[in-house]
Amino acid sequence: MTMSTKPLQGLRIAITGGTSGLGLALVEALLARGAAVAFVARQAPRVEAVAARLPGTHGIAGDVSRKEEIHPLALRVTAALGGLDVLINNASSLGPVPLAPLADTECEELEAALATNLLGPFRLTRALLGALAAAAREGRPALVINISSDAATTPYPGWGAYGTSKAALLHLSRIWDQELRPHGVRVQAIDPGDMDTPLHALAVPDADPAGLKPPAVAATEIVHFIAALARREATRESRDPAPATPA
Amino acid sequence: MRAAIQPRQRPPDARLLVVDGDERWRDERRAALPAHLHAGDLLVANDAATIPASLGGIHLPSGEPVEIRLAGRRSLAANDVRELTAVAFGAGDHRTRTEDRKPPPPLRPGDTLALGPLRATLRHTLGHPRLVALRFAGTADEIWAGIARHGRPIQYAHAAAPLALWDVWTAVAALPAAFEPPSAGFVLDWRLLRALVARGIGFATLTHAAGISSTGDPALDARLPLDEPYHLPSATVRAIAHAKARAGRVVAVGTTVTRALEDAARRPGGLRAGPSLATLRLGPHTPLRLVDALVTGVHEPGTSHHELLRAFAGDPLLARIDAALERRGYRGHEFGDSLLLVRQRPAVPQPAVPLRPTG
Repeated sequence: MTMSTKPLQGLRIAITGGTSGLGLALVEALLARGAAVAFVARQAPRVEAVAARLPGTHGIAGDVSRKEEIHPLALRVTAALGGLDVLINNASSLGPVPLAPLADTECEELEAALATNLLGPFRLTRALLGALAAAAREGRPALVINISSDAATTPYPGWGAYGTSKAALLHLSRIWDQELRPHGVRVQAIDPGDMDTPLHALAVPDADPAGLKPPAVAATEIVHFIAALARREATRESRDPAPATPA
Repeated sequence: MRAAIQPRQRPPDARLLVVDGDERWRDERRAALPAHLHAGDLLVANDAATIPASLGGIHLPSGEPVEIRLAGRRSLAANDVRELTAVAFGAGDHRTRTEDRKPPPPLRPGDTLALGPLRATLRHTLGHPRLVALRFAGTADEIWAGIARHGRPIQYAHAAAPLALWDVWTAVAALPAAFEPPSAGFVLDWRLLRALVARGIGFATLTHAAGISSTGDPALDARLPLDEPYHLPSATVRAIAHAKARAGRVVAVGTTVTRALEDAARRPGGLRAGPSLATLRLGPHTPLRLVDALVTGVHEPGTSHHELLRAFAGDPLLARIDAALERRGYRGHEFGDSLLLVRQRPAVPQPAVPLRPTG
């Protein structure tokens, strides 16, 4: 077990939407590289199946779009991992299926997309911010990764609910990163690219999978991003032995 | 004393009575707390998240309803959640004052309690018929899932509406470890934490399993606080040494922080990082060794919380403070106003805090 094969050894990582697509690939990739992993997904049977297949992971059934579930989820995450270093807000809702022009999008469909893609990450991050800041004070990397999309920056017709919610999530990430840097917590939005996932299949049912990125490849890229940031933070800690107290 | 009944952690009109050494007491806005600290001071808070520790259910041998309030734990280890100390209540809920609640049915070793999705077996009572040692069935993840789904925050009869978990988590809440909220920490928000940095004031945390504050039973209340596990991060030990070396003050946010730090300061070899169990009960005969000032809520005389204040100030002064809080209309209880009390007794001489970060 060397640093090169276990670059995330000891990192405590939680991920939402962890039973399919990119989320599942991330759970597998993070576990393989030594992280302690808790994952959240809506359907209890699938959560149990993934947790049983990947011993050592902590499966948590819950819906991040529901306000009253957020604090119980946050409690279970930190109880399972004994704290938290990295939160990956990955769970996403496409909005209307099949995709629809905004003018044909029901208000409730837009609200549902915002609840999962914007309010859920906001609320869960806020509930877990104490744990992340505690990790930062102890000199550990503290990071929130919000899974974004090129639909956050490009106005694709038909992707109104999804693109709007992801654009808001991207901006939320930028502002929060500015505000939380002084507390040692970073917030980053990552666009993993077009992947061969159930969500993409819902959006573009006739897409050729050969033209899409396998989720495992995107997961590996995100693992490298986390590992690089963790190394940077470790360097910062060794330079500054008392980060809790300003000089 | 007026009880604060709305569960707002930081009402805009929250007040702070500043009582420092020269006895020029000041009525201040609580959000302005950083202005009353000095560059080089260190504010230390309890970052425990509050467990929804009230579990309704059935005492299976009798078929009678019970409310179990989780109250104690051996350690803060995430997987150490099977064996818990609890206080049992009979039928009824928080709308009845705890003093007037029905007692639980007689509890005997081996009795099983069905608490929503959770099953607990009574191991033994702990010197009082309502104070019990429980063993929960299942894995640690399953027990936490049951508590998260079925538990409710411990409620207060004086509150206007039932408290949700978000009402009782402080802004810095991290590991679920407190059975009742470390409510002095309601003063904290991220704007205030930034203001501390801007003024050169340090901020650090420890995690302390704040226990139950009152049970309504005088014999039981006399035993509070129970032993409480805490964890002292190495960064906090370093920050304390750093502040003390520069003649900065250690300002505890709440009685739980005070208890943990004073307990830690009395350990052989002095303050060291890592897990521990607070057994110390602070009062007039336990001079403070580490904590210089306290930010605390406003509570009535006679409570274990109030007893701890006697370590900071003599009884005549505390009586004057109580009278001033009453006269000036300060709101009491968890969501009430606050007091910044600077230690009035001379510190026990302690040339330097031994520094041994271990974890």
